[in-house]
Amino acid sequence: MKILTYKTRQVKAQEHSSFYWLINDLSVFIERSLKHIFKNKDQLLGLTVQPIMFMMLFRYVFGGAINTGGTTYVNFLVAGILIQSVAFGALTTSLSVATDLQRGIIERFKSLPTVSWGVLMGHVSADLVRNILQSVIMIGVGMLVGFRPTASVTDWFAIAGLILLFTFAISWVAAIMGLVAKTIEAVQWLGFFIIFPFTFASAAFAPTDSMPYALRLFAENQPVTHIIEAVRALMIGTPVGNHIVLSIIWFTGITIIAIPIASYLFRQYSGR
Amino acid sequence: MDQSNSTIKVRGLTKSFKDLKVLTGIELEVKRGTVLALLGPNGAGKTTTIRILSTLLRPDGGDAFIDGHSVVKEPDKVRASIGLTGQYAAVDEYLTGRENLEMMGRLYHLSRADAKIRGEELLEQFDLEKAATRTVKTYSGGMRRRLDLAASLIATPPVLFLDEPTTGLDPRSRLAMWGIIEQLVEADVTILLTTQQLEEADMLADRIAVLDHGRIIVEGTSDELKAKVGKERLELTIRKDNYEKAIQLLGGEVVQKDPQRHLVSIATSGTVHEIKRVLEKMEAATIEVESMSVHKPTLDDVFLQFTGHGAEANQNTEELTNA
Ligand SMILES: Nc1ncnc2c1ncn2[C@@H]1O[C@H](COP(=O)(O)OP(=O)(O)O)[C@@H](O)[C@H]1O
Ligand SMILES: [Mg+2]
Repeated sequence: MKILTYKTRQVKAQEHSSFYWLINDLSVFIERSLKHIFKNKDQLLGLTVQPIMFMMLFRYVFGGAINTGGTTYVNFLVAGILIQSVAFGALTTSLSVATDLQRGIIERFKSLPTVSWGVLMGHVSADLVRNILQSVIMIGVGMLVGFRPTASVTDWFAIAGLILLFTFAISWVAAIMGLVAKTIEAVQWLGFFIIFPFTFASAAFAPTDSMPYALRLFAENQPVTHIIEAVRALMIGTPVGNHIVLSIIWFTGITIIAIPIASYLFRQYSGR
Repeated sequence: MDQSNSTIKVRGLTKSFKDLKVLTGIELEVKRGTVLALLGPNGAGKTTTIRILSTLLRPDGGDAFIDGHSVVKEPDKVRASIGLTGQYAAVDEYLTGRENLEMMGRLYHLSRADAKIRGEELLEQFDLEKAATRTVKTYSGGMRRRLDLAASLIATPPVLFLDEPTTGLDPRSRLAMWGIIEQLVEADVTILLTTQQLEEADMLADRIAVLDHGRIIVEGTSDELKAKVGKERLELTIRKDNYEKAIQLLGGEVVQKDPQRHLVSIATSGTVHEIKRVLEKMEAATIEVESMSVHKPTLDDVFLQFTGHGAEANQNTEELTNA
């Protein structure tokens, strides 16, 4: 066996402003999480195969049974399935945070002279990148199975902006879920119970007017429906109403509340 | 600033988790370029102490100073001068060994170039060159521990905390780890490490502090400790009906007895002369010794000596669930 030797010249940390280090640390963490997208096979599969399967399932299995009035079901479906996938995609942040906690990596980052909550920012940023990729894949697959959007270039930019805002907000909520759940198993349960009702009790897969009254009341007024209706209206030209404004208010609000809570929980975390 | 020449100073540290008093007033000093081993059984409070010293946990009372900086009041300054290797390897599974080291270097605020150079140096020194481009997921336990230690050395911190650095390692990796620790000390690094084994503490440390139920029950050089505990243990199995007689004859020399298995232990220097003296004494009194063995004192022996009880795990079995 090789005899290990430890000899070194001393190295010194550089001197820079704390703003410089903030940017440095955040970019190191973002780079780390972006690498995870391509090195973690679960993430890659989730990114590609899963949305395609969902698209096929709803388009061909359930689609025929759902009445969407004047629009074709596939035109109706794409916005809903897109937002639903993005919401479930945010669970990757919860899982990544819980994994980092379980492995002791967060403890380790906290012992460094580093802006350690940047590790959350890294996971959230990776979500943004992943969700944009996933959305492009889904829209592409949608077009193959008959999706015919009428959106203009400006509309597409607006759609991208809304999806990014939505992802950003939901990912910070997901980061909180990861910090609260602390273990991968607990994240899976918590995620299911929180994300499932908001995405399925919405206008994602069927028009809300076919739902029973109480469910409909919830479905029509909860934020995920607003973002779905906004994206759908921009894609296929259905009436947009106040859905865009309400989406922006809701998800900006959620972001503003979620970030301080996440960073508070992060600072408070002290093992187990 | 604290004026003494100790690199690590711990003053009256206390910590409780709810009703569980884990630390009840820890006092320690570690001089520059030396090793202190914190020795204690599972649940004694070793990890808790390390976590407070590395700013991960706030103490309820007391303070600790690393290079003169308070862990409570100046955690950022402390973090810049410490390296921490926890009880379980905390490295990024999805990154390669090389990527892990470079990431840590940049988080310690080395320049990109320095982080790269140090990364390569460490990969070579820790025999991880061949695995450098593999993701850590594929590493063995020993490789992970080495990478973990390498990561905490990337910025050449003057102070190093090692929490049970050899627990769970195979004998070869353990020897390699010991070798590295010795060389770190030669490079003037100040080390506080924890262990459950007296032998390891003896091997590596300049001074040993024994932790029991959250306080230091004895502290000193390994020679000082041995002078108190005895260098070697002579263990005799006595014929059953001679047992009481043997105990009486040996009197104050007995450090441990087990009437059930009619065993008696004596602290000795371990020399042939000593052993002969004891055996002749038994012979003269016509006490029949069925078998004998000589062994080095264990953590258990130290505990018996200073607390009157063995080194049983202090609290619950929670540690097991972490492994
Ligand atoms: N975060 C925590 N919350 C509650 N109890 C804890 C926590 N950390 C440690 N303990 C308890 O404190 C005691 C000392 O633990 P620890 O410092 O890990 O011991 P050691 O490292 O010596 O085995 C144990 O009983 C352990 O269960
Ligand atoms: Mg421990």
